[in-house]
Amino acid sequence: MCLLPSKEEIERALEVRHTKKIQKMLRRARVAVCGLGGLGSNIAVALARCGIGGLHLIDFDCVDLTNLNRQQYFASQIGMPKTEALKQLLLSIDPYLPVQTDQVRLTEKNIAKLLSGERYICEAFDRPKAKAMLTNYVLEHFPETYLVGASGMAGYGHSNRIRTREIVSHYYLCGDGVSDEKTCGGLMAPRVMLCAAHQANQMLEIIIKEEREKI
Amino acid sequence: MVKVNGEPKKIQGILLDQYLTDEGYQTDRIAVECNGKIVPKAEYGSKVLQDKDVLEIVSFVGGG
Repeated sequence: MCLLPSKEEIERALEVRHTKKIQKMLRRARVAVCGLGGLGSNIAVALARCGIGGLHLIDFDCVDLTNLNRQQYFASQIGMPKTEALKQLLLSIDPYLPVQTDQVRLTEKNIAKLLSGERYICEAFDRPKAKAMLTNYVLEHFPETYLVGASGMAGYGHSNRIRTREIVSHYYLCGDGVSDEKTCGGLMAPRVMLCAAHQANQMLEIIIKEEREKI
Repeated sequence: MVKVNGEPKKIQGILLDQYLTDEGYQTDRIAVECNGKIVPKAEYGSKVLQDKDVLEIVSFVGGG
């Protein structure tokens, strides 16, 4: 059993990989992830590995056996709230990462309270109505916030149909736009992870661009 | 002409929610941008589409 690295050691290792300049930019940003399924759990892991400054995890659900085909959870975590299970996993990557969790269903009634002040939000829900609700709300009420969402990542193959588009200023949408879980043979790890990687990657680009403009 | 998701359509003068209904959109599963700005849901019923408007209709499908 080896000792956990110190906060400073983790920081230095990230700086070796990302450069000191980029690493400092990423540490200044916190990202809210709404929905912790195949998209959200993979987005959060990618951002934690990148050395993001903090994560705000929101989901009402608990880990289920049928989640393990594509979500970043373990068999030993079945029955745990996803917020707690994911926090556990993220802290095993970076024990010093600030993680806020809210085990709650996001609705039009609590969204202002839960998300106001967040500059960077990932929409990672699975249900179309929830996706639409969050997207409309954020674009309408939080004009300064950056939102990166997803639509269409079910099935397998056709990797290059997953893409990122800027829909309007501050809003990016990833996915192929059409493959839903009912008609395209369910959700499978590679394609969901591809889409989640698009979202995390777009978020990095936004954060670094924003931070560069501050200098 | 109004551009809808890149395609020109002769729908100027029509109410936005009329167009969405005619095209079979489920309005609780979409986000609509007009000329680079979100159209609040409450305005679907009063927004008249104008010549040269550029509409982007995002339809969300299930899965995540």
